[in-house]
Amino acid sequence: MSHDITHDELSHDHDHKPKGFVNRWLLTTNHKDIGTMYLVFALAMFILGGSMAMVIRLELFQPGLQFVEPFFFNQMTTMHALFMIFGAVMPAFVGLANWMIPIMIGAPDMALPRLNNFSFWLLPFAFVLLAATFFIPGGAPAGGWTMYPPLVLQGGQNVAFLVFAVHLMGISSILGAINIIATIVNMRAPNVGYLNMPMFVWTWLITAFLLILVMPVLAGAVTMLLTDRYFGTSFFNAAGGGDPVMFQHIFWFFGHPEVYIMILPSFGIVSEIIPTFARKRLFGYVSMVYATAAIAFLSFIVWAHHMFSVGMPLGGQLYFMYATMLIAVPTGVKVFNWLATMWRGAMTFETPMLFSIAFVALFTVGGFSGVMMALAPVDLQYHDTYFIVAHFHYVLVPGSVFAIIAAAYYWLPKWTGHMYNERLGKIHFWWSAISVNVLFFPQHFLGLAGMPRRIPDYSTQFAEFNMWSSIGGFAFGLAQVFFVYIVIKTVRGGQKATAQVWDEAKGLEWTIPSPAPHHTFDDYKPVDLSKMAHGDNH
Amino acid sequence: MTEISENQYYVPHKAKWPIVACVGLFITVIGASLKFNSLDLEPTTPWLMYLGFAILIVMFFGWFGEVIKESEAKLYNKHVDASFRAGMIWFIFSEVMFFAAFFGALFYARTFAVPWLGGEGTNLATNVQLWSGYEPVWPTNGPADLNGRFETISAFALPLVNTLLLLTSSVTITIAHHALLANDRKKTIIWMIATVLLGATFLFYQVEEYIEAYQHLNLTLESGIYGATFFMLTGFHGLHVTLGTIMLIVITIRLIKGHFKADNHFGFEAVAWYWHFVDVVWLGLFIFVYVL
Repeated sequence: MSHDITHDELSHDHDHKPKGFVNRWLLTTNHKDIGTMYLVFALAMFILGGSMAMVIRLELFQPGLQFVEPFFFNQMTTMHALFMIFGAVMPAFVGLANWMIPIMIGAPDMALPRLNNFSFWLLPFAFVLLAATFFIPGGAPAGGWTMYPPLVLQGGQNVAFLVFAVHLMGISSILGAINIIATIVNMRAPNVGYLNMPMFVWTWLITAFLLILVMPVLAGAVTMLLTDRYFGTSFFNAAGGGDPVMFQHIFWFFGHPEVYIMILPSFGIVSEIIPTFARKRLFGYVSMVYATAAIAFLSFIVWAHHMFSVGMPLGGQLYFMYATMLIAVPTGVKVFNWLATMWRGAMTFETPMLFSIAFVALFTVGGFSGVMMALAPVDLQYHDTYFIVAHFHYVLVPGSVFAIIAAAYYWLPKWTGHMYNERLGKIHFWWSAISVNVLFFPQHFLGLAGMPRRIPDYSTQFAEFNMWSSIGGFAFGLAQVFFVYIVIKTVRGGQKATAQVWDEAKGLEWTIPSPAPHHTFDDYKPVDLSKMAHGDNH
Repeated sequence: MTEISENQYYVPHKAKWPIVACVGLFITVIGASLKFNSLDLEPTTPWLMYLGFAILIVMFFGWFGEVIKESEAKLYNKHVDASFRAGMIWFIFSEVMFFAAFFGALFYARTFAVPWLGGEGTNLATNVQLWSGYEPVWPTNGPADLNGRFETISAFALPLVNTLLLLTSSVTITIAHHALLANDRKKTIIWMIATVLLGATFLFYQVEEYIEAYQHLNLTLESGIYGATFFMLTGFHGLHVTLGTIMLIVITIRLIKGHFKADNHFGFEAVAWYWHFVDVVWLGLFIFVYVL
């Protein structure tokens, strides 16, 4: 049979990278290159979404309207969320998964390499589509990222663009998740069992199941929005027997697992970093696995705690309140395991460790305010105020984003072959850690005092805390530009990294040279289990 | 020809089709968005959308063609095969969740939304103040009687026939599979053709049913929550049957061309799984949309 597959395409032992932009990046099937593209894309979206946040904080610096129209302000809050969630945090985690999972389990590449390329390249197209709404009649979506009808349906021409952009992002996420599951289930080196896997791989396996379960539901929900808007269906229209609250139920059935999609991989990252710099094994590895699975399961049965104020039968309110508080148990298991890992460890405080410790402390602050809001009666006061804004920014910024930054510092030497500048890294850490608290902590007080979210103006008694918050915001934004500088500097040069990089760090990624060769673990054969952190092979 | 050994994993290089797929999807959705927005004003012909579809069709031929070529070149060992299986299983699972959203809407509307509009529970004021006199009986087009009186499709006429057609097609594809396992290519092809015909007949009757609904029963997409859930559920299912039938045709053509072996026919199995999936969704539809 004749075919055009050359020997060159089959040989896996070469390390020469494809030449030229098109071959190297556009047509690539290499998990490391695709991982790099995901991470660069996420960083770009992080800066873009961040600049929208700067517009928001600028307008809120003082009471009254100074810089932008209220309608544009609403577009900023909506697009900031969409860019940060679907453009920055999720792709950053997928990028880390792409880079690290095959290396961590001794696999030659992701299980479905072409699909991997497709998953990534859908994202730039999706975000071009979404960003294009700024330039169409009626402007960008302004009804909030939760897309509640009927408000979102009054958004002029942007509804179709918004819905299709979400569809493209959803396809990207689902295919990426399928690939990750196939990789972890099927591509582990022959002697790597499930309970040898690093925590990062475990958390991603569970996250991938969450993605497959809920992204299609979001696709269904926005499809109903689309037909309600353009084809006269009545899913969310009470006059036709539908219910706008039904959208909220379907949306949060996606939305609540989604918040765990954005935090579980962070748990994995922190569980890699803390043992390295405490020079101890992770405390309670198996309980960490079970806790992750428990959190994932609970995330499916608590969605209506986002909707306490919308009206729900009393039984529903009680059930969702208790079920939500249950999540604090497995999350507490994790936090105490991290603390126990550090207990009497030979600790050093390199930048990834600093960000990880800040993660544990500040994510817990966000977790506690979450327990406060789980209480249905008091949630009626917190709902849609700056208290909820403070809560989810605490779990997302010093939570997810700090974990991603920690991961970047931790693995940059492996990716680039250069050590980052430790002094600059520490400056970045303290600058970020202080400013993020100046930014978000006062918002708790604003919310408790009654300042509503998503409003460009406010009563004068809120002025001082808002000014503090804005100053913190500008400082935090600038710190992340500084981070971009550090990353670029590390990519271009710096002290040569060894293969081991961090003394005592466990895991297969530290057995390969730095920078990691283009192809690793080409043959399907057993790996040295004593290099892995977990399992009974020690 | 270079075969790949059991301890290697075939990693393709220079994947040109994914980017074509992205461009195709991008053009399709831009075309669709412009078309939908033109509905408010002056409807236009969605040429851009058609262009996008054309690109996607070319892409499917190209992408799957490349995979088929690699498969026939024996580049896929057991290890790659297992990845494909995992991929297909979880893809079908994601499709199940997509339908779950619409079934969820149906159950929510019937269990909560409609009775609440009728004043059930603590909602008496809603009923009296807003929709006085509304009787919450299913099927309903809502308290505002959107799109006027309508009748529903009787479950034990065409839908029952369609149920039997799809169930039979699940049997015929299984017979074809057993024939393939027994290396009886001719028998496999005959039963595959039977499966395709059953799928096509199902689609024909589905179209007939829609024509009946629109022309004689005044049941349309705009008939309140009943019309919305009815047409979205059966419509997305019909779309999946259409795709499934196309996939069955492709597999049949590949069988005629001599592809697949008794011990190596993942493409066949993947399509069979997909076909069983649309079958199971239909059973859900038949019970919850038509009968109950």
